Parts: sequence; structure tokens; C-alpha cells
Amino acid sequence: MRLETIIGLEIHVELATKSKIFCNCSTVFGGVPNENTCPICTGLPGTLPVLNEETVKLAITAGKALNCEINLVNKFDRKHYFYPDLPKAYQISQFDIPLCKKGYMEIDLGGNQKIVNITRVHMEEDAGKLIHLENEPVTLVDYNRAGVPLIEIVTAPELRSPEEAVTFLKSLKTILQYTGVSDCKMQEGSLRCDVNISLRQVGQETYNTRVEIKNLNSFREVLKALKQEEKRQRELYLHGKGDTIQQETRRWDENKQNTVIMRKKEESQDYRYFLEPDLGTLVIEESMIQGIEDNLPEFPRARRERILKQYGIKEDQADLLIREKHMINYFEAVVTFGGNPLEISNWITVELFKELKGKGEEVRIPIKPKYLAELIKMVQEESISRPAGKLVLKELLVKDKSPAEIVGEKDLEQISDVQELETIAFNIITENPQAVEDYKKGKAKAVGYLVGQVMKATKGQGNPQLIKEIIEKEVQK
Amino acid sequence: MNLEAMTLERLKQGYRIKQFSVKEITTAYLDRIKRLDNKINAFIHLCEEEAVKEAKALDERIASGAEVGPLAGIPVAIKDNICTDGFKTTCASKMLGNFVPPYDATVVKQLKEAGAIVIGKTNMDEFAMGSSTENSAFKITRNPWNRDKVPGGSSGGSAAAVAAGFTPLAIGSDTGGSIRQPAAFCGVVGLKPTYGLVSRYGLIAFASSLDQIGPITKTVKDCAYSLEVITGKDPLDSTCYKGVVNRDYKEILEENIAGLKIGVPREFFQEGVDHEIQQAIKISIKKLEEMRVIVEEFSLPIMDIGLSTYRILSSAEASSNLARYDGIRYGYRSDNSADLEELIVNSRTEAFGKEVKRRIMLGTYVLSSSHYNNYYKKAAENRISIENMFKEALKKYDLIISPTTSQLPFNIGEKIAHSLEMHQSDIYTVFANITGIPAISIPCGFSQSRLPIGLQFMGSPFSEGKLLTVAHQLEERLTLQQQGLELEVREGCD
Repeated sequence: MRLETIIGLEIHVELATKSKIFCNCSTVFGGVPNENTCPICTGLPGTLPVLNEETVKLAITAGKALNCEINLVNKFDRKHYFYPDLPKAYQISQFDIPLCKKGYMEIDLGGNQKIVNITRVHMEEDAGKLIHLENEPVTLVDYNRAGVPLIEIVTAPELRSPEEAVTFLKSLKTILQYTGVSDCKMQEGSLRCDVNISLRQVGQETYNTRVEIKNLNSFREVLKALKQEEKRQRELYLHGKGDTIQQETRRWDENKQNTVIMRKKEESQDYRYFLEPDLGTLVIEESMIQGIEDNLPEFPRARRERILKQYGIKEDQADLLIREKHMINYFEAVVTFGGNPLEISNWITVELFKELKGKGEEVRIPIKPKYLAELIKMVQEESISRPAGKLVLKELLVKDKSPAEIVGEKDLEQISDVQELETIAFNIITENPQAVEDYKKGKAKAVGYLVGQVMKATKGQGNPQLIKEIIEKEVQK
Repeated sequence: MNLEAMTLERLKQGYRIKQFSVKEITTAYLDRIKRLDNKINAFIHLCEEEAVKEAKALDERIASGAEVGPLAGIPVAIKDNICTDGFKTTCASKMLGNFVPPYDATVVKQLKEAGAIVIGKTNMDEFAMGSSTENSAFKITRNPWNRDKVPGGSSGGSAAAVAAGFTPLAIGSDTGGSIRQPAAFCGVVGLKPTYGLVSRYGLIAFASSLDQIGPITKTVKDCAYSLEVITGKDPLDSTCYKGVVNRDYKEILEENIAGLKIGVPREFFQEGVDHEIQQAIKISIKKLEEMRVIVEEFSLPIMDIGLSTYRILSSAEASSNLARYDGIRYGYRSDNSADLEELIVNSRTEAFGKEVKRRIMLGTYVLSSSHYNNYYKKAAENRISIENMFKEALKKYDLIISPTTSQLPFNIGEKIAHSLEMHQSDIYTVFANITGIPAISIPCGFSQSRLPIGLQFMGSPFSEGKLLTVAHQLEERLTLQQQGLELEVREGCD
């Protein structure tokens, strides 16, 4: 039996608005619990929602970036369920008529392009967060997130492997960041993913029973959860037990490294959707859509091509830079201060990335572009050595000072004075007759040793190229 | 000098010519409430201290010659489902027995800015569900005209307070007749404005697409004064009308109404209407004709679907609006619960009254996915056809006239066990809510048993001016005031 995997995604993305979808509270992440709340987003009796126009603009931007049709006459619906994180006991969402529909996104599968259809994109509000205390039977609620605007993006069941699903998610994330729709920080929950997966025999036209997996908070978890569930279902099919697969909701358990059941189909809720009477009809003007379309920023793929052409940097480095919008913006900002783009790309993708490693790819670079440009220039003009340059880079990450100031403070100026270097080199040669002997016997490496000794004597400030020339000249005498 | 019997207009004149002070007005009303409300039970709580303080401050401002608002010094009673900053707002429910809102409803803010003095919060049917004010979790309000009778509901406390001379102005809310029916039962004027004319921000929702706040007063002119203050756009309510409305209602009250056309829907006068009510309406129609208004009978075949459409839509929205009362953040929380689900279930079971539970269950049922198409969807379709029928009728007629209720005020306890019979109280009033149009109830006579009878006018959206003008001129012509309306109230009380 040859099986193929069918995957569809439901992605929740927090929109990058300053205030919440139905009130003026801030959407900033990480505040003191319940700091960013008001009677409206905590659903106090008598309060009413008023739609934040910015939400609509960003949702349409997402729709247009995903090649969707935009619905002109819109409504909101109430989706009911009881849970303490949902202050009104209903979520204001869009049920049967989404804002955007029938879109698609192209993904790159190792050089081959694949079109993945987007079924719909709709607007809704986020819920709060429960905090279960560890040693007490107490649960606290934080409503800072309640009312943060979300879009839900639903794909057609057209992804054919866990890897494809992750590729899709990565491209989607990049597009949403580039268009300013969301910051897509998965650790902060501004991009969350539910997946639907089923298997079927190759050639079969209908779909088999699917399983939903919720609460996946990183691409790694998406991949692992999908692989596990794919394996579980595959084994059932191979043992002739495919019909025992139930339509159910599972969640990824990080500790068990496996999916666990959340609820079966018969436990699925009746959300009692109906028209939200507190919000009027939302009519979108064609001119608004046109305005958004005209102002869509450069998409990642196009930008990559331009960057390669304009700056001639290495392709693998371009790929690294393009992955995060703020990173490629940073690169281009540094370039505007002059210097060789190739060198700049090297410094960012090799030296800076090494320093930032482990801090997550979403971390912002704390060095002013101007300072990095100055630093690279100093190394290129040989006013400091490359090793000294790396030292300055480390300092720049923690101090808001110019590279020149740091060089001055640390006394890192490169010694390129030939006379001064010759004096030191003579001393080293005199102290190391053995090395000179070795060289003369044909051990070319001995020069390296002597250069190292000179560097040490100059505390790394000697110009290595000059030192090498001086030593070679001397030992050949 | 009897301050408590004065109209709002007369009170305004009084302190302007220094006949009496604002503080004297306030204390006169508060004293009367304290002396007599134990017989009527119109109020759930009073804001005595603050009211007197406000009154003193106003007197000082008046003495200093400062500009004061259009309702300066006028006592106002607020139905207890409208939020008052720092004062309990209970919806007459155990669920919100201790709920103190941290904000004022927009209407309360507007009234305060206009200088009105909030003297207390009035009793009502729990969450505004009912037609007799017997569904209050706290007390039963009595009709000042006959204390064995109900005052109507759900704004029974507000209507009784005006009728009993406890306040010249009370604010109510009307979802299916909750201002007009008690106004009719208590012999006072009650207006349900066009949906969207008055902000709902701060009104604790029963059925959001039907709820409207409106004034209850002694006279139509007082109603016009009050309406001017509480209308206007509100950035906090998206369903507020965003167009321009002429709010100078009191300026046009004396305009000539000769030649206006008023329609009498035949179906509203068929079987089941009290004979005395029919008679009283006929007399009013005659008076209108004397003023050369053209009155015509016509057919409006909607009586059979009005109530059921209303019941389904209002219960559906209620089940949704009342879902937030889960005992978690505010309000009543059950002491006996082992887990989260029990906490929610027990809190709701223990704190909601019977009628509220009935409507939540009905609403939940009609919205559930297996019944949605048969009930909610059908009701929503009915709503559109009712709207269209009224639109057609109001193209032909300036106003539609009908009784406010089909029956005279009934006895306390008479209908409380018969939910369906109770719902019949709204038979003429629900249409204005379903269609969003404005409607006013004014007293138009008395039964032989000296119980008030109410007459209803309905008009096109935002035709409050016309509604008030015709109602005012009919009121003058009926001369009920001169017939001792005030005196009756006082006798009923003292």
C-alpha cells in the first residue's frame, strides 16, 4: 500500500496594531498581568466593542499578500464557549463570510515551486491567558492578550509532508513580516499553528478521517508533531486498522515528545455562532484595497534577487539575511554608510550571527548600523587588526559607543609602524634561534610561530601582514 | 407649593426665578421617597448623599451666575441595568447583587453633564426580562394607582417612581416594550427612541439588537426636554446613528399637525383587546380628527409573527449576552464547587432567576447548530419582512396609532406563573423593537376602576420630533392633567 500524507494548516497571527481590536488598550507583549486591560476588553457588563480600523487594514494587507479576494460587505459573528480566559464567554470572530478568501502562496521546495491554496483569512480577537500556580490549587487569569487582533489563515489540504508544512510556515512568516502584518514572534505567541493531518492511498480522491493537532509553538514542534502523527496513522493503515482513526483533537506534549488526545469528535463544542449585533456591517471601499495593494512592500523573493544583483553578495549569505526582515533591513542600512557590501555581509552573517547565536533568530541587533560600518571600515583600512575588530564587535553589542571610542579605550589601534615592528621582530628572532633553524631546514610553519610571538608581544595590535613580511625577510638572511 | 407634583419644565422655571433652590428640589423628592417608597418599592438603592452634595454645588454655581446645563437640578432615577460609576448596578439580579461598575453609562454621563441629579436606581425585572417587575430578585414594585396591581415591566421601578411623584424624570430601557408598557400601566409618558439614537454604552445588554434607552416623564414636553440631552453620537457605541438628527424636539411641539396622516392597523384592534382600552383609543382618535389629522384604518397582517419573532431573537441574544456571568471575574460566585465547570454551572444555577433561565435555555436551543435554521434563521427572516411591512405602512402614514397594551394593569401574582400569558403584554410593543422605529406611550384615559390606559404612536426612524409633537398636542387636548392626574397619584400613595 502506497500512502500519501495530507496536511492542512490553520494559522493564528497577531496583527501588529498598537491597540487592541475593540478598545484602546495597548497590545504590547510582556506587561504586568492585567496592566493592559479596560472594562471593554475584560467584558464588563454594559461595555461595547468598537472596531479598530487598523486591524482591517492589516488583515486586508495579509489577504493581498496571499493573493486573496477581498470581501466588500463584512460582518462579525459571536463564537460561544465557556472558559475563564474568554471574558465575554464568546469570541468575536467571522464565521461564514471571511474578509479574504481564495488566495494562494508559492513555496520553494528545493528549487521546485509549489502553489498552496489559501481557503480563507478572517479577523477575530485573541483570548487571555491562564496561569496555573505550581504548588497551590490556584489559577490566575491575565487579560493583557484578550482583545489583541488576530487573523486566522486556513490553507487547503494541499501539503504533502511535514517538511512541506514547515517550509510553508517559514515562507508565510517571512511574507507577513515583510508586509508589516505581524512580527510573527513564535515565542511570544504572535504566530500559532494548528495542523490537520490524514493519510490516504495514492490515487484515492476522497480524504480519510483527519486528526487535528493544536498548540504548536515552534516550527520544530510542528515538524515533530506531524512526523509522530504521520507515523501513528501510517502504522494503523499498514496493519489494516485505518478505520479506527477517529476525528479528534490532539495536542503536542513536549515532555512525552508525542501527541496526546484533547477531545474526541462527540465532545466537540456547539459554538452557537450568530451575527454580532454590537458591530455594524463593515463595508470595505475598493479604493482602500487599491491603496493597500499599491503600497505593498517588496516581497522576500523579489528582494533576494535585488540584493544579489545590487550588492553581489554570496547566495547563501543572502538567504540568511532575507529570512528575517529586520536582518536584511539592517544589512542595507549598514551598506548606506559605505564600505564593501561583501565584507558587510560577511561580518553580519559570520561574526555577528556567531555572537547572537542562541538568542533566537528574532533578536534585534543592538549595534547602530553606522557603528558597524565604521568598524568594518577600520578593519579594511587596517587601522585595527581583524582579531581586534572582533573584540570591538563584542564591546559594541553591550555598549553604546562608537568603534573609535572603544578602540581608544582598549588601546587597540593597529601597529603598522615598520620600524617599531622590526625592533620587536628582531628581539623575537634572537630569542627563538630554534625556530629560525627549523625554517632553514624547510619547516615553513616556523614563520607562523614567530609571527604569533610578535602578535603576542604587541597584544594583538601588530599588523599581521607587515609582521609576516618582516620575519620572512629576516629569516631568509 | 408642591415641588413633587411639578413637571420638569416647571421645576426649571422655579429655581431660575429663585422660587426655590436646587437643594430644596432634591431634598423634597428624597424625603417623599423615604416617606412613601416602602409602599411602592420603586427604588433598589438611593444615592442620597451624593445627590444632596451635587445639588448644593449647583446652587452655588447658579448663585455665582455660571451657565448651567439644560437639566440642571432635575432629579433623575436610573433603571438598575444602566451603569453608574461607583454605584451598585444590579440588574435586579442576585448575579450582580454587589456589582459596582467602574464607569458611567454614556446616558448617565450626558445627564450629569446636563446638570441632572441622580437620586437613585430603580427596580426592574431581572435583566429586564419580564412585564411586571415581579421578576426582581430583591422586591416587588407596586402600581401607585392601585397597590394590588403590577406597575408593568421591565422598567416598572422607573415608571412607578415618576407616577408616585418620586422623580420628575426616570430613565428606562426598552427591548420589547419595557418602557412603554409600564408607562401605560402607571399613567406616565414613556418613549422608546429609534434604535441608534441613544447610546447603549453602559446599558447591561439583554438583547443588543433590540435594546434602547429612553425617558419616562409626566408629560410629553418633559420627555422632549430629556430626549434632547440623551441623544447624540457616541464613539463607544458602533450602533449609534452617525447621521445628523435635529434634536430641538421641544421647539417644534406646537407646530401645526393638521393634514398629517395617521394609520390605524385593523389587526391591532381585534379580539382580546380590553373594551375600555378600545374606547379610550377611539376617543383619542376623535380628538386627533378634531385637530384635522387624517386618521385611516389599514391592514398590517403581522400580529401572528411579532411575538414569536421577538421571543426567538431576544432569547438568542440574551443567551449570548448573559454567558459572561460565570462567577469568575465579578458578580455572584457559588461556594460549592469542586472544579471549574461546577463553579460556572453552580454560580449560574444559584444566581439567575426562573425567567432568566427560561430565556437562556430557549436562546441556547434556537442557536444550537441543529435548530438554528428552524428557529433563529426563520426569526431573522421574519424580522426583515416585518421591517418591510412597516416601511411600506410608514410611507403612507406619518404615524401609526395603537393601544400600548391590550389589557389593564393586572394583579400582582396573577400572571407570574403563566409565562406565555405574561409575554402577551408585549403584543403591541415588540414591533418597534423588531424594526428599530421610535414609539411613544402616553396616558389617554382611565378605566372605571381608575387604572390608566396607554396609547402608542409609532413613526419612521428618527421621526421622534413628529411623534412628540402629535403626542404633546393630543395630551393637551385630552386634558388628563387637569382632570387630576397628579392628585390621583398622591392619593394612591398617601
